[in-house]
Amino acid sequence: MHFVVCIKQVPDSAQIRVHPVTNTIMRQGVPTIINPYDLFSLEEALRLRDKVGGEVTVLTMGPPMASDSLRKALTIGADRAVLLTDRFFAGSDTLATTYALAQAIRKIGETFGPPDIVFAGKQTIDGDTAQVGPGIAKRLDMLQLTYVSAIVELDNEARSVKLERRSEGGTQLLQSKLPCMITMLEGSNVVRRGRIDDALRAARAEIVTWSAKDAGIEDLQLCGLRGSPTVVKKVFAPPARAEKAALVEIAATPADTAEAFIEAIFAKSPALEADVAKLASGF
Amino acid sequence: MIDEKFDAIVIGAGMAGNAAAYTMASRGLKVLQLERGEYPGSKNVQGGILYADMLEKIVPDFRDEAPLERRLIEQRFWFMTDKAHTGMHYRSDEFNEERPNRYTIIRSQFDRWFARQAQSKGAILLCETTAIELIRDAYGKVVGVRTDRSGGPIHADVVVLAEGVNGLLGTRSELRPRPSAAHVALAVKEMHFLPPEVIEARFNLKGDEGAVIEAAGTISEGMAGMGFIYTNKESISIGIGCLVSDFAESETSPAKLLDIFKKHPSVAPLIAGSEVKEYAAHLIPEGGYKAVPQLFGDGWVICGDAGQLNNAVHREGSNLAMTSGRLAGEAIFQIKSRRETMNKANLSLYKKMLDDSFVLKDLKKYKDMPELLHTQAQNLFLTYPQLVSKAMENFLRVDGKPKIDKEKDTFRNFRKARGFGLIGDAFRIARAWR
Repeated sequence: MHFVVCIKQVPDSAQIRVHPVTNTIMRQGVPTIINPYDLFSLEEALRLRDKVGGEVTVLTMGPPMASDSLRKALTIGADRAVLLTDRFFAGSDTLATTYALAQAIRKIGETFGPPDIVFAGKQTIDGDTAQVGPGIAKRLDMLQLTYVSAIVELDNEARSVKLERRSEGGTQLLQSKLPCMITMLEGSNVVRRGRIDDALRAARAEIVTWSAKDAGIEDLQLCGLRGSPTVVKKVFAPPARAEKAALVEIAATPADTAEAFIEAIFAKSPALEADVAKLASGF
Repeated sequence: MIDEKFDAIVIGAGMAGNAAAYTMASRGLKVLQLERGEYPGSKNVQGGILYADMLEKIVPDFRDEAPLERRLIEQRFWFMTDKAHTGMHYRSDEFNEERPNRYTIIRSQFDRWFARQAQSKGAILLCETTAIELIRDAYGKVVGVRTDRSGGPIHADVVVLAEGVNGLLGTRSELRPRPSAAHVALAVKEMHFLPPEVIEARFNLKGDEGAVIEAAGTISEGMAGMGFIYTNKESISIGIGCLVSDFAESETSPAKLLDIFKKHPSVAPLIAGSEVKEYAAHLIPEGGYKAVPQLFGDGWVICGDAGQLNNAVHREGSNLAMTSGRLAGEAIFQIKSRRETMNKANLSLYKKMLDDSFVLKDLKKYKDMPELLHTQAQNLFLTYPQLVSKAMENFLRVDGKPKIDKEKDTFRNFRKARGFGLIGDAFRIARAWR
């Protein structure tokens, strides 16, 4: 079976900073990582491949340096990597991104065999929209299964998949036809550490690199900035919290310490004291 | 199971490992390089100064592409007391030559570049991969390594251990002893970010010119140690290091020493208003010639910090690492081209090349220095800086006291110091330097 996993190279948000004057995100020198949510989908695809056989193709759209992330995915165990890169894609919002990715997935289908399941991350840690997976599904006319916590059964004969989906009220047990699009929930698995032979293979692997034209994209009006109705009007950093934590000295007895602690809290917010007093009077 | 066999496996992608991998790969050998960090340089800490000559011998046109910070045109040595420093500066426009001699670098960027050069010559680099065990054949010859990834060992004719001062592969395999506390210094470093124009104004620089300050004295609280301040493009690296054994005895912490150094009235204005973005600590091998372990054996060689190849007196580490890596690579290539095996007898060629190079010649010259600095630390780092400082103050302060009395004061101070062994120390240092 053929599993296609869409990944995105994102700046490591743990190390990102906002410029104090211009309020723009300072990307220079910030290390990049594979979007952490994508790794749950990648691992799930690898597990299915190991179980039923087949291939895992990872796909990303981004600048040439995004090939680092693809190579990492190969190290983890993916069989093939496709990089969609072209200056026409610069400035894409989710609408333009899903257009380009859907076209590339079609092309992957033509070139390497049609995908049975397309995986995507639940959302990214930089854009946080959670729109790309569903957008791809819509454009490819696939059933979409988001927030999947476990894949219970994959039956190639019957062309169906049974899975658990987390919803607000609980867990849904769903069955779907293939092909479909799945986004995995965080924590649904733990991404593996690639074997040494996978690492060696990844180090030497040729990454399939496609321009818009290579991917069969003809309408460039739908790509990049031109194809993106979303406009970032303003970026701002939330103001830093002015209040600092206060220390309460340890008193003679624990009761005294508690007393001092409560007093310190009430001194800061008299309204809270009134509320507590009102509540306590009920007992 | 990996069927493939490499000519050489290089452990580590620092200065020594990259030099070895580059040297071998560019001569057509099949090289695998293993790096435990996320990328080359992610685990490395150095001030750091790059010596052009040693890199030029490996990558002649490195200046075109390598991420270099500033070329050094000024060196300051500071002899420090609590409130003062007596300095010696050397600054020369000659250093603004076409092919400058020394640069400041940031290792996390530089090592990445250096590793890419080796890759461009055909070396295969696997990051986030730690070699955990040497594989030996029935005769005890090293024939490969096992890594922390599943999938079996990888085989090679020779393993180049360039795993750094604290690398575990060599010590676990008992190729070399664990460095003793008296043979390693612990250095801590902070990166202080400032706009380039501020750095240039504070250090009297223009463009890509850079300056270095190296400081010794009361800042190390009587231990053998040295502080440093290096100018990068948009940051200042500031740090201090002392022997681990001294730290253990003194109960002071490296962070505290660095704090004292940063707050020193001569230093504070240089870093005022900066933003600290990085704090790092690393061990530096300082055992000198006498601490250098066996550097070759059946199927293995040791390069760089792992072999204690560091000149503490001249503060040269990376160029000894680079050169030892290059020589290991050249020796292995020579043996390979003669179609001989990588046994101990043949690999002794590497040691011979090191003996003939500045690497071991320099270390031999200063073989008595580490012990001397260690045993006379109190005098060298506390008493003498104060004597010098007092003499300077005496000479410069105008307070109506007759000059003849001032001179007598200074002379008296120095005579008193004879009791501490001033003359003996001077003699011992001269001898260790010879």
